[in-house]
Amino acid sequence: MTTPTAPRPATSSATAATGTPGTELPERRFTLTRADLVRYAGASGDFNPIHYDERVAGALGLPGVIAHGMLTMGLAATAVTDWFGPAAQVAEYETRFARPVVVPPGEGVELVVSGRVDAVLDGARTRVVLTALCGGERVLARARAVVVTGR
Amino acid sequence: MGLNSALVGRVYRSPDTYEVGREKIREFRAAVGATEGDDAPPTFPIVLAMKAQEAAVLDPDLGFDFSRVIHRDQSFRHTRPVRSGDVLTVEVHVTRVETLGANDLVALRSDIRTAGGEDVCTATTTLITWADTP
Repeated sequence: MTTPTAPRPATSSATAATGTPGTELPERRFTLTRADLVRYAGASGDFNPIHYDERVAGALGLPGVIAHGMLTMGLAATAVTDWFGPAAQVAEYETRFARPVVVPPGEGVELVVSGRVDAVLDGARTRVVLTALCGGERVLARARAVVVTGR
Repeated sequence: MGLNSALVGRVYRSPDTYEVGREKIREFRAAVGATEGDDAPPTFPIVLAMKAQEAAVLDPDLGFDFSRVIHRDQSFRHTRPVRSGDVLTVEVHVTRVETLGANDLVALRSDIRTAGGEDVCTATTTLITWADTP
């Protein structure tokens, strides 16, 4: 039930490993540094200074420079697409941003993403519930994705 | 100077189309650690959606304090992945405007289609201001 899932070839349908409710998907760890926040700011066009300027973040009452919620959500999506392989498509994806991810200067912080197959909705649609932890605390709430496999 | 809930239902259409570039997708993929495949990652539409949402959240009629905003919820429903070469339009609908205690909440739905009218993605964004600390 907990066999890690390797990326599948383009022709595969839902696999035994990803196609059974309850299957735990292997943990992915991402290190987030200030450079990663700057890279995401440039790629996304979101230059809100709370994501790179300590003084602005502090003046607004934040505990420090924080990651874009969309960066956390984007990294968790990468875990999903890696679990299911390049042939799968994410049809639905949602989350609430439960807690800010504070990214200190220097070595940064680690984000740990894990997932569980929640339901197989029909032959080719699998719903996955995601957990994203930073410092042992959940930073995403109600995070789930519906993945279409076997196309 | 409060939040104006009369704006629920207002629609903002982006004045320009967004042409998706191969290198932009690569840049975004690198920023979210994606290595496999060529399609835009599932959260890529936020690039267009956020740009288009500015018209709504910065609308003086809305009375939203954008300097104290955090992102509360986000969802995407994809008809298909965004691909290099797509020419896309965004239509932003104000779906919810509400004051919750000391915080102002605004929800927006961004309908992303090709210039030819094909549905690609619907992105729903909830933003909230915070009074002191989030």
